[in-house]
Amino acid sequence: MRKVAFVGATKGMGRALSRRMAERGDQLYLLGRDADELAKAAADLGVRAGGAVPGVGMLDLEDPSGFSAALDGADEALGQFDTVVITAAMFATQDELEADAEFALRLLRVNFAHTVALCEDARKRLLSRGGGTLCVFSSVAGDRGRKPVAIYGASKAGLSHYLESLDHKFRADGLVTVCVKPGFVKTAATAHLSPPPFAGEPDLVAATVLAAIDAGTPMVYAPGIWRLVMLAIKHMPRVVMRKVGF
Amino acid sequence: MTTRTTKREGVIEAWGRVSRPAIEVLGEDPEAITQGTPLSRGLGRAYGDSALPASVGGVVTNTTFADRLIAFDEETGILHAEAGLSLREIFRVFLPRSYYVPVTPGTSFVTLGGMVAADVHGKGHHSAGTFGQHVTGLKMRVADDAVVWCSPQENSELFWATIGGMGLTGHILEVQVRLRKLTSPWIHAASERLPDIHAMVRRLHETATQWPMSVGWVDCTARGSKLGRGLLDVGRWADPSEAPAEPPRQKPRIPLPDAFPRWLINPVTVRMFNWLWYWKHWQLRREGVVHPESFFYPLDMLAHWNRAYGRGGTFTQYQCVLPKDRPDAPAEFLRLLQRLGGHSFLMVIKDCGPQGLGMLSFPMEGVSLTVDLRIGRRTQGIVDALNAFVIEQRGRIYLAKDMLTRPADYAAMDPRLEQFLAVRKRLDPELRFRSAQSVRLFGDPAPESK
Repeated sequence: MRKVAFVGATKGMGRALSRRMAERGDQLYLLGRDADELAKAAADLGVRAGGAVPGVGMLDLEDPSGFSAALDGADEALGQFDTVVITAAMFATQDELEADAEFALRLLRVNFAHTVALCEDARKRLLSRGGGTLCVFSSVAGDRGRKPVAIYGASKAGLSHYLESLDHKFRADGLVTVCVKPGFVKTAATAHLSPPPFAGEPDLVAATVLAAIDAGTPMVYAPGIWRLVMLAIKHMPRVVMRKVGF
Repeated sequence: MTTRTTKREGVIEAWGRVSRPAIEVLGEDPEAITQGTPLSRGLGRAYGDSALPASVGGVVTNTTFADRLIAFDEETGILHAEAGLSLREIFRVFLPRSYYVPVTPGTSFVTLGGMVAADVHGKGHHSAGTFGQHVTGLKMRVADDAVVWCSPQENSELFWATIGGMGLTGHILEVQVRLRKLTSPWIHAASERLPDIHAMVRRLHETATQWPMSVGWVDCTARGSKLGRGLLDVGRWADPSEAPAEPPRQKPRIPLPDAFPRWLINPVTVRMFNWLWYWKHWQLRREGVVHPESFFYPLDMLAHWNRAYGRGGTFTQYQCVLPKDRPDAPAEFLRLLQRLGGHSFLMVIKDCGPQGLGMLSFPMEGVSLTVDLRIGRRTQGIVDALNAFVIEQRGRIYLAKDMLTRPADYAAMDPRLEQFLAVRKRLDPELRFRSAQSVRLFGDPAPESK
């Protein structure tokens, strides 16, 4: 049974993963920026767990000044968490980001700088108590520079890079870092886009990620087929990448 | 900002693969996605046009991401959840705890809201009635966009018009339904092979007293003395003493590719399939404990089984109920179907108990018959002829399956329609809530196509 500080359980893949965790008896403290949504998520997870979740607290990835207090709250409610899961992030298409520079900057801050800051705080806490698991959702979009994900992909590339380094640096000290790279997953946030081949379901992603958390896999593609898809894309020559649209 | 809704433009498809361009409004907040929209749609298992927009390119709310559990009371068994929650998820979460819906249709890929709107029934109609009879309350968005609560006690007219009302009374946002405490999460099933339709109807009635659930599969290609031969499946929830200790696990699904030719389902293959299906059950009788998914949802193991009708192939399911006082009606229906040249992969026969309180609820005391028909040049004629027979027998058809019935025929079948339409007019004077089906069958004006 894990004691989990969970950032992003209200929506999409976070919703699916937190459900699996609650159902099997993990203790969850939910962090997010909308009190009403957090209460609804807590009710849903409480029914699944067969008992109330340990608590909810406010955390806004746009406001790093609140991170420390938020993790204090989680520590207090759980009696020191041993696992941190971060599924929350911003997503937008390249067209949307190119059209709005301010929005693009916000996305870069939230997905990269602020998420790294939150991970740093969580990492220090976990290491101070002998280790634990830090599971963070990055994206396949960070694996290779591509036309449709220039900005979003850059934010995720930076995050993946950081998470890989954490794994190299602190695994021996007991910190297990799990970098999740979801491919296209059919959630409410992506419902307006036409799904590419190999698009995944949130439930399947959740099952894959949960197995990776338990096994301590440093990097996991979900669904697993994306490992092969990205392998091919990473090895495509530059001239090809300039021609194709993906 | 956090209650973001998403719009998806595309073509939406009914289970019978009839389709229509539409704009779907999706999201995780049931109140946000239903503001100002004219119809809700769940997992799209209605065969015909019930969940297609009233006009080409029209707007439909898709509820499938709004799927939260809200509360569950172990004492009363009452589950409160958002309407987009799927039955498959209820199966996954509650069956291991020995709770389940008292009434389930033949697929778990339906949402709570869809189950209410179609007032679904199952193998246990003779013992448990329809789904709506176990619903204790609904949160709805009604015509003036207000959000109201209704139940058998409160706003009861809205409640009973919504049970089986095909989504035409408003958006169902949340559902409260009483789950059943099970003796175990496994099924004790028995099946027998029966030589003809008379034996089938007789055994359906005989077994109804001892078995809470039953369903018959009929070989609709057999003729003469073998007319209506088939298999009868009966079941009950198993006793703890006979059930395996572990709860059943949900089975993986095999996806069917959309690559079948349209001629795959033809009179010859249908005859072969029915013959195999019948003789696969070579014993006269089998009995034992089975997985609840195999018992309730045999077709769920094939994802997209409707693709068997081939690329671009469309089909309709014709389901009618024939009243109990006409014991020969099922045999006559079969002969008529054969004369008309309608061939169906399988025909399903069920025993129905008394009619429920839902104003347009399908079942009535008698026998329900279901056939799948490929849509072709002659299908309209077949449906018209079957409908004429059903009207003569004082039976009726199931709206959740229907695609081809004519308005006058439906009006002749269901004397309750006038009352339903009057109530709907009171609840929604401007007919905000409409579907392709309500335009076709109830004469709603079709909005301008975009």
